[in-house]
Amino acid sequence: MAKVIVDPVTRIEGHLKIEVEVEGGQVVSAHSSGTLFRGLELILQGHDPRDAQEVVQRICGVCPIGHATAATLALDDAFDIAPPSNGRIIRNLILGANYIQSHILHFYHLAALDYVKAPDTIAPLAPRYEGDYRLPEEVNSAAVNHYIQALEMRKKAHEMLAIFGGRMPGQRAIVPGGVTETVDAEKILEFKFRLQELISFINNVYIPDVLAVASVYKDWLDIGRGCKNLLAYGAFPVDDNGTLFFTRGCYTGGADRDFDPAKVTEDVKYSWYDDDTIDKHPGESVITPAPDKEGAYSWLKAPRYDGKVHEVGPLARIWISKDQQLRALGEKAFSVMGRHAARAQEAKMVAEAMLDWLGQLEPGKPTCNPHKVPNQATGMGLTEAARGALGHWIKIEAGRVAKYNAVVPTTWNGSPRDEQGQPGPIEQALVGTPVKDPNNPIEVVRVVRAFDPCIACAVHVITPDRKLRKFRVY
Amino acid sequence: MKELSRRDFLKLCAGSAAAVSLSQALLPELARAVPAAGNPPVLWIQGASCTGCSISLLNSVQPDILKILTEVISLKFHPNVSAAAGELAMRVIEETEAAGNYYLVVEGAVPTKDGGIYCTVGERDGKHLTFLDRVKELGENAAAVLAVGTCAAYGGIPAADPNPTGCKGVQDVFKEEGINTPVLNISGCPPHPDWIVGSLAHVLLFGELPEVDKLGRPKVFYGKLVHDNCPRRQYFDNSKFAKSFSEPGCLLEIGCKGPQAHCDSFDRQWNGGVSWCLKAGAPCIACTEKGFPDDATPFYARMPGVPLPNITASADAVGAVLGAAVVAGIGAHLVGNIATGRLGGK
Repeated sequence: MAKVIVDPVTRIEGHLKIEVEVEGGQVVSAHSSGTLFRGLELILQGHDPRDAQEVVQRICGVCPIGHATAATLALDDAFDIAPPSNGRIIRNLILGANYIQSHILHFYHLAALDYVKAPDTIAPLAPRYEGDYRLPEEVNSAAVNHYIQALEMRKKAHEMLAIFGGRMPGQRAIVPGGVTETVDAEKILEFKFRLQELISFINNVYIPDVLAVASVYKDWLDIGRGCKNLLAYGAFPVDDNGTLFFTRGCYTGGADRDFDPAKVTEDVKYSWYDDDTIDKHPGESVITPAPDKEGAYSWLKAPRYDGKVHEVGPLARIWISKDQQLRALGEKAFSVMGRHAARAQEAKMVAEAMLDWLGQLEPGKPTCNPHKVPNQATGMGLTEAARGALGHWIKIEAGRVAKYNAVVPTTWNGSPRDEQGQPGPIEQALVGTPVKDPNNPIEVVRVVRAFDPCIACAVHVITPDRKLRKFRVY
Repeated sequence: MKELSRRDFLKLCAGSAAAVSLSQALLPELARAVPAAGNPPVLWIQGASCTGCSISLLNSVQPDILKILTEVISLKFHPNVSAAAGELAMRVIEETEAAGNYYLVVEGAVPTKDGGIYCTVGERDGKHLTFLDRVKELGENAAAVLAVGTCAAYGGIPAADPNPTGCKGVQDVFKEEGINTPVLNISGCPPHPDWIVGSLAHVLLFGELPEVDKLGRPKVFYGKLVHDNCPRRQYFDNSKFAKSFSEPGCLLEIGCKGPQAHCDSFDRQWNGGVSWCLKAGAPCIACTEKGFPDDATPFYARMPGVPLPNITASADAVGAVLGAAVVAGIGAHLVGNIATGRLGGK
């Protein structure tokens, strides 16, 4: 049995270590572990609740919008307000623009080098893990050019976002009750101009490239199955009654089911935290680090739904929204290529819907409703970051943040084992993966990157008693 | 071939960049000058960060700048871009270090508590390597260090009270460790891509740091006060204050920290010149300052003691900031506002 350790895993967000055991040329067990710990929820304690949306955006610079959205939804809930239509639509446009940016970045700049052979001598595109790069020469060289074009396209998506968000990363407009930016015809036109260009890129370059890679790497439609349970909180309210563009729900044990937020729990049996958080609802969980805990191996907690392991992300989102093309793939959707395909398909769906939403904006009408900070309240904000289901919970006491907790996509996907010993989605997806050469574990990183992990998001909690002990170094 | 003088360089950097990004403007100069220095190797490392600074830099990257990053300089390692992972990536970093004469870019704060165990960045001899040790080792031997973002410069968000992991900026770590490598602070949460590209270009073109302010930031980008250049300044002067988001008026009462923030976003704007914070109606949160975020929170409540003394105390100089006549004017209307309760605490 060979032990293969990949540390650091590059071309993801944050600090991740993956350890797998290989027997007979394939992975028989896997452990994933995050190696950075900051403590933003602790930092938020005692703050004006409205600080949350700015502070939590710094959880992640790749998708700060998901966090700004979840935070303001939690604040809207706690303050008992809702944005006017214009505010709701602009929030959708900002979040949608970041989906497009994030998906393009992920496929071309984070994942593609596992399939596309970059020029051999150019740092930092070389050196690389050697392995079966098998794209035909002309497809490969087109993909290298698209890598460069995609830099420009993802930049354009950020420009589009900044039209209503002020700037990016770290947009400035999303606030409780709506957005600070206003609507006029010129901004709509500037946005539309860029959106159309992006739609054209998605349809004519991104989707064809994903199909080209998938058709050559067909075996990767059977690798990386994972837990086959999916969860989505849903996102993009398309009217003022809360109807969602991506529906909320789960797919558990092969059947579609309704989602009940009360069934979300966080388990820490194999995480470096005291066990008293087990099975506690995220709105109430209290975290105490326990770095010397026997058997623990990750800073990530293990969120579970109804006690079961669930995968989140674009695959979950559009599967649960019953996208016919994805469902037509059947079992093969639960795979490395299935995840890339779902992401591309979703980029198209969101971009095209954004054109409609843009058309619904009414210049001159309000974008924000006024708010009052309550003395005491609780709030829950459920949305979908580009990487998957994202929930923020806030408890306000004496007009200040008493408790804040974010349960983020990569905590779901990158979670360690739980109380029942069930490995997390990435760990499950790795089992069975063929590894030809333990010195070049390209197959391992292909599986991991298909989930688009964000470790800064996943590891952000800390003890509320403000005491930290020395952590084990192994 | 005429070389770019420092004076021309500064003019280029200071110029409004709405139409042409600074990276494009500096490109020909870099292409001309840098290869002569022998493709300087650059290592980009991340600690307690959110990757926002790298993503911001990408917003300046033109295809041609990609060429610069891959052919003119030699970006040996970048955590989000490198093809290599694991041991292979560790080897690249160590080989670059051994060869010497490289530039180090640090993104993210440095956790120092408990030996820096809160951020580890790979394994060496079967043990985790802390980011603290990484910064010390690579920093000691680098030709210069660019501390990109407020976290790397001063600690930033992860160093906010109660600073659970003992996060510090690079300069403070170096001071404690007696490391004398020059450090350039390129603050901002995140920094504008032009600030990063312009600073890197100066270091590469002239082989030394640009002129800095007392916080170690290039004066060319951080020399001006947001409040002085705010598109809503006229509202302030006329004492018209917005009471809620998306209203016209000066944003002071809903939290703007423009009077204590230095940067040129107002001129340069963001994301291809489409907007910036104040233009979108968002109060400035002073993310380029050393005290960010603690000195800027609550973000949406009026600065404590805004009235005159604090403005003048936190700004570079009364005259430079506001001008004596304006100061008198502000004083008058602020006093008036306080008297009528308009600027009173909530």
